[in-house]
Amino acid sequence: MDLNYSPEELGFRDEARAWLAANLPRALKEKVERYEHLSKDDLLSWHRILAAKGWVAPAWPKEWGGTGWNVVQRYLFEEELGYAGGPPLIPFGLSMCAPVLLQFGTDAQKKRFLPRIFKGEDFWCQGYSEPGSGSDLASLKTKAVRQGDHYVVNGQKIWTTLAHYADWIFCLVRTDSSDKRQEGISFVLIDMKTPGITIRPLILMDGAHEVNEVFFDDVKVPVENRVHDEGKGWTVAKYLLGYERMNTGRIGASKRELEKVKDFSKNISDIRFRDRLARLEVELMALEITNLRFLDRMRRTGQPPGADVSMLKIKGTEIQQGLTELALDAMDPAANDEFSVALRNRYLSMRKTTIYAGSNEIQRNIISKMTLGL
Amino acid sequence: MNFDYNEEQQLLADSLRRYLQAQYSFEQRKKLLDGGPEVWAKFAEMGLLALPLSPDYGGFGGGAVDLMAIMEAFGEALVVEPYLATVMASRLVARAGSAAQKSTVLPAVAEGRLKMAFAHLESGARYDLAAVKCAATKSGDHWIIEGEKKSVQLAPRLVVSARTSKGVALFLADAPKATPRRALDGFAEADLVFSGVKAEALEGGLAEIEETVDFATALICAEAVGAMKFSCDTTLEYLKTRKQFGVPIGTFQALQHRIVDMYIAHEQAKSMACLACSKIDTAENAKDRARAISAAKIKIADAARHVSHEAVQLHGGMGMSEEMKVSHAFRRLAVLARQFGDADHHLARFASL
Repeated sequence: MDLNYSPEELGFRDEARAWLAANLPRALKEKVERYEHLSKDDLLSWHRILAAKGWVAPAWPKEWGGTGWNVVQRYLFEEELGYAGGPPLIPFGLSMCAPVLLQFGTDAQKKRFLPRIFKGEDFWCQGYSEPGSGSDLASLKTKAVRQGDHYVVNGQKIWTTLAHYADWIFCLVRTDSSDKRQEGISFVLIDMKTPGITIRPLILMDGAHEVNEVFFDDVKVPVENRVHDEGKGWTVAKYLLGYERMNTGRIGASKRELEKVKDFSKNISDIRFRDRLARLEVELMALEITNLRFLDRMRRTGQPPGADVSMLKIKGTEIQQGLTELALDAMDPAANDEFSVALRNRYLSMRKTTIYAGSNEIQRNIISKMTLGL
Repeated sequence: MNFDYNEEQQLLADSLRRYLQAQYSFEQRKKLLDGGPEVWAKFAEMGLLALPLSPDYGGFGGGAVDLMAIMEAFGEALVVEPYLATVMASRLVARAGSAAQKSTVLPAVAEGRLKMAFAHLESGARYDLAAVKCAATKSGDHWIIEGEKKSVQLAPRLVVSARTSKGVALFLADAPKATPRRALDGFAEADLVFSGVKAEALEGGLAEIEETVDFATALICAEAVGAMKFSCDTTLEYLKTRKQFGVPIGTFQALQHRIVDMYIAHEQAKSMACLACSKIDTAENAKDRARAISAAKIKIADAARHVSHEAVQLHGGMGMSEEMKVSHAFRRLAVLARQFGDADHHLARFASL
């Protein structure tokens, strides 16, 4: 047993850290540090800097622009990326649509979409949730009816993150209502400029416009935009669920937040506060080592991570929320400067983390069923 | 980075587990509580007693990581032999003893001829390692110890901490006669009164005590992980077999989520035990070591409480029953959560470092 990274791994990490620090534009970093609103340009400019370096999609196969790094290097890089404090890389294209295309897409689909995702030329969003279908995703109702070489799509998606920035949306739609619910679902790619699509903002409690409702009213989608066979959408969705979940703990980003909270709570000597901060730091240490144990297992067995990696999402999001709670409590109650207001809003906003991407209750269901056999 | 035990560590732990499953089952454990000599002899034969000692004295020079898998197996089987007590006392002799003291004591420990204990805890000291009131005074070529030590595991030969004019010091002494009792977790222990007890001095004091207690803390983290693993496994089994309302109770989501949280707590605790044991072997300085140990103990203390409470709750009335091993795991975890400092104590230490 040896908990240390090898000298080569440390060298790799230091190189990544140095490059990220040197190439993250200062203005962008400060914007993120102050928790300011990030525009589409802000998000894409960092994406494009990383793409130019060839580091935007490390996990992709080399022929499509991947780096060929091993799992440990990929993990280290992801954590350094989080720790560097740049805008988040929006996952919908890079780590959701692209892996699906790589696994199930035709050559034509790969050639058409992957380079544009890599370069940040297309902004993607995800059309999964519907008003009546949240955790019970397979009950979705948005319909796609085949008419010649097109599907005609009708229905509604909800909680669609950054749909108002998006050029494309990948959707789960029902292509057959007579079948058992999971078997009538297909995975389609829809151009957001297609007539019949309406986007309505949903303002969340922090006042931010991040998510939307997306309405489809007789939207024509070419059959060639379906990925995998008709009725295989659920297979695609499940594949995505098991893909690259090694970084859902967001340890690098939480380390950075912890440093910030430690820094601006220096003057709070209340032992109860110090204890809560220490306990959260211990939680983060435990999560990091647990994450490394999963990584070590993956490296040794060559197998994708098991269902039990769901615990990384559960603990990681609890820690992210805990940090915002400590930040809120550390704040001067009299403060109303921009940063303090942003911090308060962040406390509100981060409640989403235990709800999105499979709520933490669904993650517990997954471990219960798949790992514990209940 | 590598979280595997090496082949030797794994083989030893596997054969220990096989032995414990065959000879130290829950039923057999009840009979063995009064200390059958055959268990200790078997430990010696397997090399467990020699493992942490230097090759110069018949040992194998193992560190905390080498002992970790053993402690996990002990935790799973709820072993109540004075193994850790012997490891601690012999570690103090190895670090603070003269060549003559080492060659008298250590080979005897390695061969299983000598059980030892570290007599340190006093009334009111709580977790303050420096709070020693026992006094040692020089008398000719030896020392005389006066005072009381609490909850010392039964062993004929002791390392005793006592105060001299120069501060806290360490001594080797025979255990005074005492009335043994069972601790909460089943260990045989006694309160000891030292009245004119003759002792020989070791060359060490508080720094050696702190190092050895940190070492022992790392080991009990691993032991607690084993006891938690047993508690999780047996509770999962119960959820799958116990039926109410015509179905296994494990089909109820309220219970599923609770056992998932137990399982996560156990995994997080295991991670911190890995950290603690590997840091003890590799830490560059006392602060580095103390920080890792305290962080681990905070997590282990919290997880031990959580897992043991839930294991009993999910077993219903059966969990309360003395007949069930799960209630004995509860008792063991209740002790381990506080041994060498509870979560509050280690939070204070962690936050101050």
